[in-house]
Amino acid sequence: MNPSETPLLAIHGLERRFGALVALRGVSLVVAPGEVVLLLGPNGAGKSTLLRCIAGLARPSKGRVEVSGRNVHADPEARRPLGLLSHQSFLYEDLTARENLRFAAELHGLDSVATRVEQALADARLTSRADTRVFGFSQGMLQRLAIARATLHDPALLLLDEPFTALDAAAARSLRERIAAERDAGRAVVCVTHEPAELWEIASRVIVLRGGVVVADEPRPPDLGEFRAGYDALVTP
Amino acid sequence: MSVLRVALLIAAKDLRIERRSRTALHTATLFAVLVLLTVVFARDGGSVSLLTLAPSVLWITIALSSLVALNRAFTLEREHAALEGILLAPVPRSALFLGKWLANLAFVSLVMTITFPLWILFYGVAVTPALFAVAAVALLASIGVTAIGTVFSAMAVRTRHAELLLPVLMLPFLLPPIFFAAQSTVRLLAGRPLDELWGSFRFLLLYDVAFATMAALLFPAVVDE
Amino acid sequence: MPDAASAERQIRRGRAVTLIALLGLAVLYVMALQFTPPERTMGLVQKLYYVHPPAAYAMQLAFLTTGLCSLLYLLLRDERFDLFAEASAEVGMVMGMIVVITGPIWGRPAWGVWWAWEPRLTFTVLELLVFGGYFALRGAVRDPQERAKFAAVLGMMALVLVPFNHLTVYYFASQHPEPVALRAGKPALPFEMLRTFLTGFGVFTVLYIGLAMQRYGIGVRAAHQEVADA
Repeated sequence: MNPSETPLLAIHGLERRFGALVALRGVSLVVAPGEVVLLLGPNGAGKSTLLRCIAGLARPSKGRVEVSGRNVHADPEARRPLGLLSHQSFLYEDLTARENLRFAAELHGLDSVATRVEQALADARLTSRADTRVFGFSQGMLQRLAIARATLHDPALLLLDEPFTALDAAAARSLRERIAAERDAGRAVVCVTHEPAELWEIASRVIVLRGGVVVADEPRPPDLGEFRAGYDALVTP
Repeated sequence: MSVLRVALLIAAKDLRIERRSRTALHTATLFAVLVLLTVVFARDGGSVSLLTLAPSVLWITIALSSLVALNRAFTLEREHAALEGILLAPVPRSALFLGKWLANLAFVSLVMTITFPLWILFYGVAVTPALFAVAAVALLASIGVTAIGTVFSAMAVRTRHAELLLPVLMLPFLLPPIFFAAQSTVRLLAGRPLDELWGSFRFLLLYDVAFATMAALLFPAVVDE
Repeated sequence: MPDAASAERQIRRGRAVTLIALLGLAVLYVMALQFTPPERTMGLVQKLYYVHPPAAYAMQLAFLTTGLCSLLYLLLRDERFDLFAEASAEVGMVMGMIVVITGPIWGRPAWGVWWAWEPRLTFTVLELLVFGGYFALRGAVRDPQERAKFAAVLGMMALVLVPFNHLTVYYFASQHPEPVALRAGKPALPFEMLRTFLTGFGVFTVLYIGLAMQRYGIGVRAAHQEVADA
C-alpha cells in the first residue's frame, strides 16, 4: 500500500464510555482494501461496540474514525463506502423485496437503480418473490435479502457482526464465498465473530480485543489449532 | 443528493408503508371521531349547545388524535432496526428529521381532513368561507406540533411505555397553540374580521419557527447513540 | 463524575446552606409581621403570602437552570450537568408545589374561592406539567447516558416553551377576571415593603441553592449506586 494514499479505514485513539464503564480504550488501527480482518475477543470485549463506532451508529467519547480520510461522525459522505450486515436486517416488513432494495439504492444515491435492484434480486434468488411483502418471508429468504441490501451499493468496506450465528450450513457456505469474492474484488471486510474457524481460510488478519483494548493485531497465522492455544491464554483472565 | 430529496424519499417510503397497512390511519381517524362523539354524549343536551362547544371540541380532537398519529413515525422503524439502515446511509440526520416531519404532517393533515367535515356535521357548524381560515389555522398549528412530536416520538419509542409517555411529554407543549388556535376559531366562527386574528396568527407562526428550529437542532442528538 | 466522598461533602454543605435559608425564612416572617394589615383576623394564612411570590420566582430560577444545564450537557456531555439539571428540576417542582398549595390556602379567605386562574397560578400549573413530563421521561429510560441525553433534549425544549407559556398565560388570564385580591396590607413606607420582598427573594434563592446542592449530592450518590449495581 502506498503510504501517501489515504487509508480506507483509519481509527485514531478511539474511546467509548458508557457512564463509568469504558467499553473501548485507545483503539487505533488501519485497514486497507483487500484485507479480511477477523475481530475476536470474549463477550463484552467491545467488538460490537467497535463495529458500531466504525459504522457511525455510535459516537466515540474520544478519538475518531475516518473512512477514506473523512470523519464518519461528522461527514455523512464518509459512510458511503460502508456496508453493515448484523443480526438485524434493516428491512420493512410491509414493503416488498423490490421496494426494500429500491429504497436502499435510492438512499445511497445509486445510478441505474432499477438495473442494480434486479441484479441484486437475481443474485439473492429472490426474483420470483420480488413483489411479495417481506412479512411472509422465511428465515432463509430474509437472510438473502439482508445480504443483498447490505451489499447493494458495492461497499468498499463491509462490516459483519457475527453473521454466521443464525445461518445453516448452505447459507454459511454461500456467505463465505461472497466474502471471498469481495476480497478478490479489492474490497475490505471486517468480521466480528467468536468462532474464528468460520472464516479462517479467507481471513488475512486477526485482531483480538479484550476489555476494550486491542491485545493482538497480526496477520492470520496458518495454523488454527496453534492460534487457539495462544488465543485462549490471551483472553482468559 | 440534496437534503430535501432524501427527506421526500423517506417520507414517501413512510406513506407507502401506511398505504399498505392503513392501521395507523384507521386508528387515528376512528379515535378522532370517537372524541367528537364523546363530547356529544358527555354534555347535557338541554343546557349546553353543541355550537358553543364546537371550537373547543375541534381543538381537543386535533390535539388528541395528533398524539395517536405521531407514534406511528418511529414505531414502524423498530422492527428489524430499520432506522439503523437509514442512519448507516450517507445521508445527513437533518434529512431523516425532515422526512419524518413531512410524513407526520401529511398524516396528521389527512386525519384532520377526514375529521373536519364530521365536526361541521355533528356540531352544526355553519358552512361559510371562514372555515377555510379555520383549516389554515389547523395547518399552521400542526407545523409546530408535528415538529415537536417528531423529536419526542423518536425518544418515546425507545422506552417501554411509548404510547403513554408521548402524550404526557407533548400535551404541555400543545396547550399554548391550542389556546390561540381555539381563540381564532371562536372569532372566525362568530364572523369576526381577519385582522382581529393577527395576534393569534403571529403567535402560532412564532411558535412554529421556534420549535421547528429547536426540533431540527436537537433531533440528531436523539438518534445518535 | 465526582466521587462518592465529594457527594457526601456536597450534601453536608447543602444542608448547611439550607439551614441558613430557613433561618432567613424566620427573619422574613419577623419582617413581615411588622406590616400589620387592616384585617388581623386572617392571621396565619396571611403570612403565607410572603412565601408565595418568592417560591414562584425560585421555581422559575430552578427551571431556567435546568434548561441551561441541559444545553451544557448536550454540548459538553459532562454528566455533572445532567445531575444538576435533575436536582434543579426537582427543587423547582417543590417550589411549584408550594405555589399551588399556598395559593388556594391564602386565596380562599382572600378571594372566596379555592382556585382562580390568575397568572401566577396558571403559569405554575403549566410549568409543573412540563416538568412532570421531564421526570416521567427520566423514569422511563434505563440507560443512564440515554436518560441524560433525552432529559437534556426535553429540558431545552422546556426552556424555549417558557416565553410561550408566559404569553399564553397573559392572554388567558385576561379572559378570567382576577378576584379582587386582598393585598397583604400596604406598609407605611414603600422602602419597607421593598426590603421585605427583596429579603423574600434572597431567602428563596439561598433555599434553592441549598436544596439543589443536597439533591445534586444525592444524585451523584445514586449514580455511583447504579454503577455498583450494574
